[in-house]
This record gives sequence, structure tokens and C-alpha cells, in this order.
Amino acid sequence: MGGFMSFVRKEALHIVRDRRTMLIVLLMPVVQMLLFGFAISTEVNNIDFAVVAPKHSEAIRQQVERLSVNDYFTFKGYISPQATDELLRQGEVDAVVVFAEDYDRRVNAIADGYPTGPAIQLVFDASNPNVAASGAGYLQNALQVGGTQHLPIETHTMYNPQMKSAYNFAPGIMGLIFLLICAMMTSISIVREKETGTMEVLLVSPVRPLRIIVAKMVPYFLLSCINLITIMSLARFALEVPMTGSMVGLIGISLLYILLALALGLFISTVANTQVVAMLISGMVLLMPVIMLSGMVFPVENMPNILQAISYIIPARWYIEAMRKLMIEGLGFGAVWKEFVILIAMTVVLVTIALKKFNDKLE
Amino acid sequence: MDDRVISVKDLCKDFGTFRAVDRITFDVHRGEIFGFLGANGAGKTTAMRMLCGLSYPTAGSGTVAGFDVMTQGEAIKRHIGYMSQRFSLYEDLTVWENIRLYAGIYGMTRRQILRRTAELLDRLHFRDEIHTRVGRLPLGWKQKLAFSVATIHCPEVVFLDEPTGGVDPVTRRQIWELIYEAAAGGTTIFVTTHYMDEAEYCSRVSIMVDGQIRALGSPGELKTKFAVQTMDEVFRMLAREAKRGE
Amino acid sequence: MIAHTHPYPAIEVKALSKSYGEVRALDGISFEVGRGELFGLIGPDGAGKTTLFRLLTTLIAPDQGSASVDGLDILADYRRIRQRVGYMPGRFSLYPDLTVEENLAFFAALFDVKVRDNYDLIAPIYRQIEPFRTRRTDKLSGGMKQKLALCCALIHRPSVLFLDEPTTGVDAVSRNEFWDILFNLKAKGISILISTPYMDEANCCDRVALINEGKILEINTPQAIVEGFGETLYALSGEDMFGLLEAARRDKEVRRCYPFGETHHLLTSPGFDPRRFAEALTATGFCGVSVRPVEAGIEDVFIKRMGNG
Repeated sequence: MGGFMSFVRKEALHIVRDRRTMLIVLLMPVVQMLLFGFAISTEVNNIDFAVVAPKHSEAIRQQVERLSVNDYFTFKGYISPQATDELLRQGEVDAVVVFAEDYDRRVNAIADGYPTGPAIQLVFDASNPNVAASGAGYLQNALQVGGTQHLPIETHTMYNPQMKSAYNFAPGIMGLIFLLICAMMTSISIVREKETGTMEVLLVSPVRPLRIIVAKMVPYFLLSCINLITIMSLARFALEVPMTGSMVGLIGISLLYILLALALGLFISTVANTQVVAMLISGMVLLMPVIMLSGMVFPVENMPNILQAISYIIPARWYIEAMRKLMIEGLGFGAVWKEFVILIAMTVVLVTIALKKFNDKLE
Repeated sequence: MDDRVISVKDLCKDFGTFRAVDRITFDVHRGEIFGFLGANGAGKTTAMRMLCGLSYPTAGSGTVAGFDVMTQGEAIKRHIGYMSQRFSLYEDLTVWENIRLYAGIYGMTRRQILRRTAELLDRLHFRDEIHTRVGRLPLGWKQKLAFSVATIHCPEVVFLDEPTGGVDPVTRRQIWELIYEAAAGGTTIFVTTHYMDEAEYCSRVSIMVDGQIRALGSPGELKTKFAVQTMDEVFRMLAREAKRGE
Repeated sequence: MIAHTHPYPAIEVKALSKSYGEVRALDGISFEVGRGELFGLIGPDGAGKTTLFRLLTTLIAPDQGSASVDGLDILADYRRIRQRVGYMPGRFSLYPDLTVEENLAFFAALFDVKVRDNYDLIAPIYRQIEPFRTRRTDKLSGGMKQKLALCCALIHRPSVLFLDEPTTGVDAVSRNEFWDILFNLKAKGISILISTPYMDEANCCDRVALINEGKILEINTPQAIVEGFGETLYALSGEDMFGLLEAARRDKEVRRCYPFGETHHLLTSPGFDPRRFAEALTATGFCGVSVRPVEAGIEDVFIKRMGNG
């Protein structure tokens, strides 16, 4: 095994000597996590709202006050029901909270267990559906959580109660970064040897290609593990994702996905003969669909059927889905067994094809 | 009349504390074939880059095609021709597309291009290959074409960096005949080579060792001076003294 | 080291052909390299030298024909061949970002040996680059890279050594040193197949094959090849060399005239009279004209054979 270790050492030296690339690889996840987590968020954090209250009861005053002190909302004042449309249209306010005329009665009725109509109506400017959707969620929750009674407002967001978008992005970023590091970097490092001619000498040696390949993968695997730790720590401590799901499942499926990405890289290296081609294939053929179809940016459910069908064969889709369940929804391992099986099958298929294609001749 | 196309004095180039080119001084006259020889790492490439206007000298003075090597690199580039062993033509373009590209770079008019192209193709017997992709031509043809393209704008001086590397002996001679012809027509030739028999074809030869020019003269003069039979022996005697590894 | 006699030649090639698309890179080539022989493949770029090396080092498979290295078939026994040959491809295949000693250690590991196991074999070469052993390979000169690549190809003590254009782009002095190294390796019993575009290096080989456009023009010892030139070769010199070239070509009795170093070489018709020829040139205004018979070299043979083909 001395031979194998010296291969790994040599590969590690290549990575360490190329300081710039290594820095990018290690810092990229951090930057992306922070970028998506704080800067490019679809999260809504400043909602201007007005209130329509036909009768100013103590209960209503308390609700309005609770909303006003919340960081996310800015109270713009009481308005008449007729002004609602005008103010929303002009963009003066993002939302109007309409309390029912018999608000106190309805609240009491609910407390006593009698059925009744809605006590509060929320009117939103939906020209930005994102703001409308998440803002509505916020407001509903704020009104719910703050109140002592169960108000008849339907809650849409059961998980991620603050609707922090970084939560949703974390699995997507992981799906992207492992693909980038494993698939792109390994394929480039193998193809580089083809380009510079060192592959010729490697092949004309008694060493089996499999050993060369596995040795090449080890450092990238380790690098990816470092990134896994980085991303999970950032998610937990910087973005405060609760991560109550199965830790074993989370790490297990991540390692499986890393292996799959490595196999993809190997596969690319058998197809590409120059570093540029390897880069283009990993960039265009792998990353674009991952970004577009994996549900990282656009929800898969909203896509046309044909694209949904395509998304089934994209490994990242399954990984990201599983990670959502584990990281954000806090589910146990049992909830992701389907994704697990699919990813294992994909890995096996890819490794088989890649090894078949990677022969020990130049042709 | 001053017929010096290249004239440099005490040219130096430093990289940090390393002096790659150490005070070289020489003149090259119009229509001369000047052989620029030296061992690997002697500083040939660095010197040539300065003469072609690709980098500025650290110290010294001189002119190439009438322009100052210390300040007018861009003007020099426009008035010289350059051909390197490794890259000179685009393999995925046809013969005609390559010619048009290079002629266009040097600002030739369409009429000039057509006239010069016709001349060039006749001289090389390339008429039938005008629409062939360069990548499909045999290596020797490529090199001949590359030389012709490098001189298409009738530069005062053309720099040839190992124009015959790896070429078969027949084509190698054909390239030299093109060089002779161009020189006879008044183009000055500045050429590097690893073939010592080619040094004999030059009007004058300089040999660089460790960044300095150690010998300068016609092949006949140098052989007499070192009391040997061939340029190969002259070169070996000088290059053996080299201290520098790189 | 090689005490017993081998029943097989080091390399045996029979009617080997290989095409890439429409290009016939190798066209039915046959030759043999004996034990401990230093065999040269002399030919320009594109002659098929690299293709032949890749076939013999089992990197590609032939279209037709067969070949064996060290008695092992290049198709059936390719794995065993790989344990016994050393290969230095055209481009020095070293890792530019690794140091001299890291490269050497890696190639030793590749063949599952320790550097010290075969240090005696590489020591004369390695000592010259040892002062730079912690230097990155991309910071070495061409000559030093070439020596390191050779050390790496020798580290497992191969019985047959394949060197594809090791001296291309290397200056004349370094080339000389490199050949001295090869003579030493040959003395240790290693069979060597080397290719080169430099015709003058043919004289360093025991035997050479002149190769052009996928075909072998001639195989023999350098001496025999030169002796087989078969006619008198004349050298023409004078003051206006380019003018002389053109003038000579106009002469009816000159079949061929080409520059050759400080002279032009002439291939002539049987009735050629050198004295009359020189006088005729002088009469048309050329100064210092000299025409004398010279011994042909490998390059003259090559040019002659190419002309016929």
C-alpha cells in the first residue's frame, strides 16, 4: 500500500501547490453560504402595514402594538376601509390588516369552541408574489404566536416559521459545491495529465488504472468533507438552522453524494481530452441543470411536466430534496430512504460506466 | 546611408536579481541573414523578445527598424515579421483565411493582399491548397506557409525562432531557400536554430553564452578564429564554458 | 546484470500498420532490435515515430501486423510489457509543480520500487541534477528536465528503453552529454530504441532505420547506409552561395543541388566533369568557385531516398 499512499501524496501536493485554486475551493462554500444567507435573500424584512379597525378594542390595540414592535413590520397608522385599495396601489403600504367588526366576540367564540368566521383579514399587494407570500406568512404567524387565543387564520408555513431563505438555499449550495469540487476538479486533474503527456507514462506502468483513479479521488473526497463540515457549521451557527433531523442520515447522504460527484468527474474525464472541454462539460452540462432543475432556485413542483421529468435524472435534485427534509424539516432517516436508494443506484451506474470507459490504452 | 536595421548597445534584462541578458551589443545590416545562436537558457529568447518589442530592456539602448527598443515597442511590432516554431498559423482556418487575417492585422489593403497572396501561392506552388485547412497540411508545408505569411507585409526585418525544428531535410532546405530569396530581396533575417549546419547559411552569426555574446562574425571568420572545421565545433567550444543551468 | 543469453530480440516488429482516419501513420513496418542494441529511428515530424512508440509501449493497438517487446506480444501480454519497459514520451512527462525529488519518488512508487534500489543505474545522471533536487521541475532548463525524465524512465531498471525524440529542442552540447549517458546505459545491457529528427545523431546508433511518411526507407548501420549511397557526391562552394545554387540548378548535368552547411551538395549525371563545371561557373562571373567530391552523410541518403519516393 506504500505505492498507493505516494499517489495520494502526489495528488495532494498538486492541490496544495495550486494555492489559488485551493483557496477558492475552501472559501467558495463560505462565501456562497453567507451570500445566499444574508445578501441575496428572498426574505422579506420590512413590511409596511396599515390597520383597518372599525372598533378600537383593547384586544386589537394589543395586536397592533405587538406587530409594531416586531422588527419585520412597520406600523403606518389606522385607515378607513375605503382607503385600502388606494394605499396598496400607490405602494404606501405592503399590507393592510383588517380586523372584523365584531373582533372581540369572534375571538371569544373561538376560545369557547364555537365555529365562527375569520376574525382578521389580510390584504396584500401581490405584485411581488414573493413579498406577498412570505409577508402573509410572517404576519399570520406574528398574529398567532403573539395572541393568547387560537385565531382562525390559516397557517401555510409549518416549517421554517421565520421563512428565512438561507434555510432553503443551504441544501442547494451543498448540492452545487460538491459537484463543483468533485466533478469539475477531478475531471480537470485527470484530463490535465492527458494534456501534458504524463498520462502516457502512468499508463505504461504496471499500476492498474483503478488505483491511479482512486488515489486521485481521495484528496478531493477529503476536501469535500472539510467543506461539508464548513457548510454545516455555518448553517448551524451563522444562519441558525436548527438541524434537528437525523445527523447520521445527513452525513451519510452527503458522503454518498460526494462519491457520486467523484464518479461523475471520472466519467467526464473519459469523454474530454482537454481541460477546457472538461471545464465546459462540468460547467454547462452539470451545473446549469443543477441550478435550474434541482429545485435550488425554482421549486420543482412549479415546473412544466417535461422539465420535471428531466429533473428526475439529476442527482442533485434528490440530494437537495433529502437535505431539505433532514436539515430543515428535521425529519428522521426514514423520511429519505427513497432518495437514498435512488442516489445509490445512480452512483453504481455511473461508477460502472466510468470504469468501463476508462481503459488503460490511449484510444 | 545607414543600413543598420537592428542596432543595439549594452542591452540588459534583469528578472529580479537574475541578469538574463547581460550587455549585448551588435548591429544587423539590411539584407543580412543574422544567425542568433546560444545554448538552452543562454538568454536567446529573452533577447529576442526585447528586439521584437514584446518586452522592454532593463538598461541599454538601440533601435529596430528605426524605432527605439526602450520606448517604442508597439511601433516595432508593426514593422517587423515574426515566426515561431510552436505557433504561427491557425490550424482550423484555411490557407487563405490565415493569409487574410495576418495581412489584415498589418493593415494591408484588399488589393495589396490579393496581389501578395497570388505571388506567395505561386512561389510555394500552393495554388490548389488555398481553401485547405492549415491543420491538414503536412508540417513542412505549414512552416513554408508560416514563413511566407510572416513576410507578407514586406517587413524590414523578420524574426524566425527555430523555423526548421523537426522538419524533414528536404523541406528544411526549401525553407532556407525561401529565406535566401527574401534576403536577396532586401528583407533582413534574424534567425535562431539548433541545427549547426544552418549556421553556415547565415551571413553572420552571434553565439550567446550565459547572457553575453561571446562570438560574433561570419561563419568563416569564426571557424578561423577558433581554428576548427565546422560551426558545430565553434558552438561546442563556447557552450561548454556555460556556467548557468537556467 | 544480463548474464544469460536471451532467446528473443529486444523488439520485433512485423508488418505493423496503423491509421488515423484517412492518414496512414504507419504503413507495414518491419524491423528488429537486438539485445543491448542502440537502435535509432531517424525521420522528420509526422513520419510515424511517435505512433510506433505508442504501439510498442502498448498504449495503442495496431490495425494490422504484430510486434513483441522482450519476447512478449504487444496485444496479448501488454501488462507484462509495461513492467519491463521504460518510456520517455516526446514531451518530457514530468509534473511541473512537483520538485525534482518528488517527481523521482513518484515514478519510483509507480513501479513499486524504492529510489535507492536502482540508484546505481541513475546515479551518473542524477548527480548532475541533484543540486537542484528541491527545485520545482518547471524551473529547470531543458537539458535538466531531459535528464530528470530519463532518470524517471530508468528508475525501475527496465530491460528495454523507449526514448521518443529526447533531444529535440535541446542545444548541441546538452545533446552530446545525453548521448554519452545513453552509451553508458547500453554498456549496462539495456536495449534502447530512440527517435530523433537530427540526422547527425544517426552516427551515435548501432543501427538506424530511416523513416518517412509511415514507411521505412532503409535499415542498416550508419556506415553501411552511407556506403550504400552509390554515387559520387560533389560539394560546391564559392562567394555568392545563393547565386551558385541557382546557377548549378540550371546546369543540365546537375540532377539535384541543395544547400548543405557551408557548401551545396550536387547529385550529377554520369557525364559530369567537376573541373569543366567550375570553370563554366567562374566564366559567368562567380568568384572562388570550388567543386570537389565529398563523402555522403546520412542526411544525403535521406534526401536522395525521399526524392525517389
